[in-house]
Amino acid sequence: MIPYTAIAGLGITQQGKVYDRNHVGFAVEAVQLALADAGLDRGDLDGLLLNPGLSWGEAAMGSFQLQQAMGLRNLRLSATMNAGGATAAAMIQHAGGAIAAGMCTTVACVFSDAPLKPPKPQGAEKGGGGSAGAYGFARGLDAAYGQFGINAMYAMVARRHMHVYGTSNDHFGAVAVAQRQWANRNPAAQLHETPLTLEDYHRSRWVVEPFHLLDCCLVSNGGVAVIVTSAERARDLKRPPVYVRGMGQGHPGGDPAETLTSGAVLAKETALRMAGLTLADVDVVELYDCYTFTVIVCLEDYGFCKKGEGGPFVADGKTAPGGALPVNTGGGQLSSFYMWGMTPISEAVIQLRGDGAARQVPDARVALVSGNGGILSTHSTLILSGER
Amino acid sequence: MPPYTKPIPTVTPELRPFFEAAKRRELVVQRCRGCGTYRFPARELCSNCLSRASEWVRVSGAGEVFSFNVMHQVYHPGFAGEVPYAVVIVKLAEGAKMTSNLVGVLPGDIRIGMPVRVVFEDISDEVTLPRFAAVSSPGV
Ligand SMILES: [Zn+2]
Repeated sequence: MIPYTAIAGLGITQQGKVYDRNHVGFAVEAVQLALADAGLDRGDLDGLLLNPGLSWGEAAMGSFQLQQAMGLRNLRLSATMNAGGATAAAMIQHAGGAIAAGMCTTVACVFSDAPLKPPKPQGAEKGGGGSAGAYGFARGLDAAYGQFGINAMYAMVARRHMHVYGTSNDHFGAVAVAQRQWANRNPAAQLHETPLTLEDYHRSRWVVEPFHLLDCCLVSNGGVAVIVTSAERARDLKRPPVYVRGMGQGHPGGDPAETLTSGAVLAKETALRMAGLTLADVDVVELYDCYTFTVIVCLEDYGFCKKGEGGPFVADGKTAPGGALPVNTGGGQLSSFYMWGMTPISEAVIQLRGDGAARQVPDARVALVSGNGGILSTHSTLILSGER
Repeated sequence: MPPYTKPIPTVTPELRPFFEAAKRRELVVQRCRGCGTYRFPARELCSNCLSRASEWVRVSGAGEVFSFNVMHQVYHPGFAGEVPYAVVIVKLAEGAKMTSNLVGVLPGDIRIGMPVRVVFEDISDEVTLPRFAAVSSPGV
């Protein structure tokens, strides 16, 4: 099919331990950078979609706050979106649908967050953990048994995968090592200058078994925005368009520890059919890596390997630099920065424009991008290409 | 006995039958009157058949370890002296799954599929928590 929307601009702020700006400031800066990248200004925007991070507050009317902060007038589309870790790609999908329907022409899709605080002096109260939200699960019963937070719940699913398929910490470690190798080639990655071996992985402290610290994504302050517009208009703008060739979502429901399967199965079907492409056409893969384990599950569910063989697939070096299937080529959320799904999207745009420098995948024409949220319960897929 | 310092769950109206039964050393689970599905924790309607009718029924207390993790970070001061400790998901013989702890089993000795049975621990005047103990051999 002929693609009708494209990503015309990308804006990435500084990422990581950046303490002098808040979440709104990051969002505004990301949109400004994305507009400048596209050769547009804020007056061209008639759509705004925001996935607010933790800093925006649970009941935040985020897109309204951002609109006010940016002085945007007469938006024809504005919403705050939450489909868990699937939101970033879902924003681009909703923008595309609205543009195709003629509701608006130029949409900024934004994520920003600033949960990291400057380190306190020695002896100060240790922060983090035990948030009030953790007590909401099962009316406080989880807390009574000592289970707190998302890491703990994901660990339950990962342990089942290990039991059923023989996946091991060596396999998880292989994901961490491969992505660090990519990050070592990406100067913008938070862990750019930190090489990692499998031994280092095994030595990293346990957070919640079977997860070491290096199985869990980073925490980052920063913002990322992309500008979505029609394919026709994108051709007249400053940078080469990255066409949205296919898009899909999959939200399986059910008990993830029972199914050990993500929504990628459903989402990829819709997205590939729309694009008229197969997995064999995919040159680079950018997955939502909240954990090393998620990468393994998603490689299986997309069909890059058989179910249960994600671990050996990665341990074989296939996803690392020089491997047959480059995955998370900027270092991903494990080693580069964590912008809740905007990380894989931004890396796909960089690769398809040929802007990857030391980490550029040769002849990268088609990228598969995914978002995964909840406990394997929400999923979104984009098939992006520099070619129509 | 030292004071109990871990989080004590609130006895909400939905979970009152569960806690009242635990006081009696009985494990009860909500069961759908429409399709018979056991579900835990309590919910207003059945996601299988959408019936709103339910009852609390006593279950055997037998089950097996379905999955587990080992918590190494202190998220609540009440657990500071216990890390690393394991949290388990027990799949009851009747099918419902419960998050809980094992008693008398070191984290390194926990295995998926390990048969377990319920035991009870009084943690306050109002709340008795079901936990699980390993069943060393069939019939014990
Ligand atoms: Zn039912």
